[in-house]
Amino acid sequence: MIVEHPRRLQLQKIFAHAFLLSFLALILFPFLMVISISFREGNFTTGSIIPESLTLEHWALALGLDYTRTDGTVVEPAFPVLLWMWNSIKIGLIASIGVVTLSTISAYAFSRIRFRGAGVMLDSMLIIQMFPTTLALVALFAIFDGLGEVSPVLGIDSHWSLGLVYLSGITLHVWTIKGYFDNLDPAMDKAAQVDGATPWQTFRFIFLPLAVPIIAVVFVLSFIGIINDYPLASILLRSEENLTLAVGSRLYLNEFKYLWGDFAAAAILSGFPITLVFMIAQKYLVAGLSDGAVKG
Amino acid sequence: MTSLSSENTNSISGFKLRRLLPVGLLIAVFTTLFYSAFLLFLGNQPVVGLLVLVVAVCFGIVFSTKRLYAHRFILPGIAAVLIFIAFPVGYTVYLGFTNFSSFNLLSHERVREIHLAKKIVDKETSRDFSVWQQGDTYQLYFAGKEDGYLSEPFEKNVTQHTIKAEAAPIPSTEKLSMRDTIKLRKSLGEISIQLPDGVILKNSGLRKFAAQMPEFRETPEGVLISNLDGSRLFPNSKIGFYTNEITGEHVSPGWRVNVGLANFKRIFQSEGIRAPMFSIFLWTCLFALLSVGLTFILGLALAVTLQWPHLRGKAVYRILLILPYAVPAFISILIFRGLFNQNFGEINMILNALFGVRPSWMTNGGMARTMLVIVNVWLGYPYMMLLAMGFLQSVPEDHKKAATLEGASALLIFRKITFPQILPPFLPLLVASFAFNFNNIVLVLLLTRGLPDIPGTIIPAGQTDILGSFTYRIAFQNAGQEYGLAGAITLIIFVIVAALAYANFVAMRRQAAKRAAS
Repeated sequence: MIVEHPRRLQLQKIFAHAFLLSFLALILFPFLMVISISFREGNFTTGSIIPESLTLEHWALALGLDYTRTDGTVVEPAFPVLLWMWNSIKIGLIASIGVVTLSTISAYAFSRIRFRGAGVMLDSMLIIQMFPTTLALVALFAIFDGLGEVSPVLGIDSHWSLGLVYLSGITLHVWTIKGYFDNLDPAMDKAAQVDGATPWQTFRFIFLPLAVPIIAVVFVLSFIGIINDYPLASILLRSEENLTLAVGSRLYLNEFKYLWGDFAAAAILSGFPITLVFMIAQKYLVAGLSDGAVKG
Repeated sequence: MTSLSSENTNSISGFKLRRLLPVGLLIAVFTTLFYSAFLLFLGNQPVVGLLVLVVAVCFGIVFSTKRLYAHRFILPGIAAVLIFIAFPVGYTVYLGFTNFSSFNLLSHERVREIHLAKKIVDKETSRDFSVWQQGDTYQLYFAGKEDGYLSEPFEKNVTQHTIKAEAAPIPSTEKLSMRDTIKLRKSLGEISIQLPDGVILKNSGLRKFAAQMPEFRETPEGVLISNLDGSRLFPNSKIGFYTNEITGEHVSPGWRVNVGLANFKRIFQSEGIRAPMFSIFLWTCLFALLSVGLTFILGLALAVTLQWPHLRGKAVYRILLILPYAVPAFISILIFRGLFNQNFGEINMILNALFGVRPSWMTNGGMARTMLVIVNVWLGYPYMMLLAMGFLQSVPEDHKKAATLEGASALLIFRKITFPQILPPFLPLLVASFAFNFNNIVLVLLLTRGLPDIPGTIIPAGQTDILGSFTYRIAFQNAGQEYGLAGAITLIIFVIVAALAYANFVAMRRQAAKRAAS
């Protein structure tokens, strides 16, 4: 045990707590502000930080209900927040199922089946995931513009085309799941092969059941990533009822139509569940980032 | 006995189904792909059509060859990456060598059709008309020298219809006033009148019907000759416009052609693009550096503090400190957009109450850039903190204890023992973070949209624009929609990111080699 000076230690403790607390006050300020704004009357800052009179108007509008003010005027919701949320969740779920399917099957092949070019492919995947999709925006727009002439389902302003593009986000997940498969005991697939299982059956009946935890993590990460995407959704979606939350929320804070209070309520309503899911999944996220990525 | 046999047939049909289902699925996928490729070629989308065709062929080959069994597992994933990342990036760069923009959007074929479909009024055949009503039906009467022509009756809600007209005297029914004639305008636009000599007249004005003729006729060489004044339009495949041979005027719409290095010449030679682009490039590098540096320092400091054994309430601190990372970024960024609002933002309200200042966050370039960095550090430090917490755990305790016994101060231990051990695994992640922030267009588009604008530029370029958001705005947010120019700038970004990606890859490989050795 190392000898320490109790008085100095006391001072250090006080200092550390003071540093952390003052830093937290700065960091959490926006969140506390937004909660207060969502209950404040009107859409502009009045003279005080603590709202003088509380109103549920912004919350009613965020939930898509009409609100009747005390003077009898009826306010209608400016934007379909719940519909946007549903769009985000729908696209996120469908695309994430696709991402998980593709990346699990690919990771199994990279981990267990020997074939030529596997190393090169894995390395290129690692390099490709550094390239942001924003580099391809112009072409993606042109491609789906063209596909739309064949079938509007795959054109601009279709959720299916957006979901398809999100399938390209498998690169990092393949690495993560491959790292997990590499740690499984090779004796199992040997036993399966001795019993005459094809590689597909080995995957289906041995690896897939074992991979449920990592699949759950990848699913959540992919889902959150898709919900958070702005650039792609902003060029591929056009009409108001098709927008996702990330694209739609921007409309609240327009120079000409500034709905600060309404935005605050909508932001809490939509941000809270996503935050909760993220908090539950975050410890896996970092583990995946720091191990999976460095495993050669 | 019966149960046995039924089970048997069941299992047999089940087995057959299991064999047939994948095959059927494959055939379905294959034919769908093939058919879409065919439709795309028909719809004048050769590039995309070729891509779909290649995918279809690959699927066909891989799933029908026994030797490529392993590739069946990875083909779908690889195909997704190639189709939606590699191909579009390449295609975007290719577009950088074309004049693709909202002015040159179509193919040459479509532009030709549009020009040839234009109609003009043939002045020679123009005739005055009047409308005569009988109950619910109307007739048109065209006055002539002796007898005029009277059309067959038509109803008010007539659509796309050719009506014959015969020579006849002035009808005895009721003539419509000008006001009622104007009310009929929609129906008049729908009908065509066929005179006895076969000439077809269309409504060409309030009082007139006249025959239409195409504005241009085409020579075998593809030159368009105007039927109005005989001027000639030559198709110019260098710039993708029909140009008037005398005035040199470009007639819109244009079509897409390869313009070689023209876009790059514009970037490097036109002062109005080069100057802002250079300053945007410098700012992009500075922004990425500041973001990585500040988040790294802050995250590391917090991680070290939280690692201190005498600290109470670690779990609570940790959860609260991670919060900025857990809230969806687009929501946090928009919250900051509201808080930083100059006129009625809460931040200026507080600053005004405390120090009597109201910084112009949105209109002053320096302030806007400061705001961008502040928000980005707020968003990014938890990630660095989480990583640092992970790496700090792998630093052996005994080294630190030994140093403490030797009388080294905590700072010295950190500098000499802890930091050198956690830096190598951090490096690839720092490079990746730099690359991410280099292209962090979500932040810029949601917070400032690149504003305030740099004065004296010919394209929209803002003081808070980074290269990525600048490209996005050129392509999708201004009136010109210059996809070609955006593609050219994308190539420049691509080269920088490629260098970063390679550096990151090398750093990772070294890491892996070290791990394998230890």
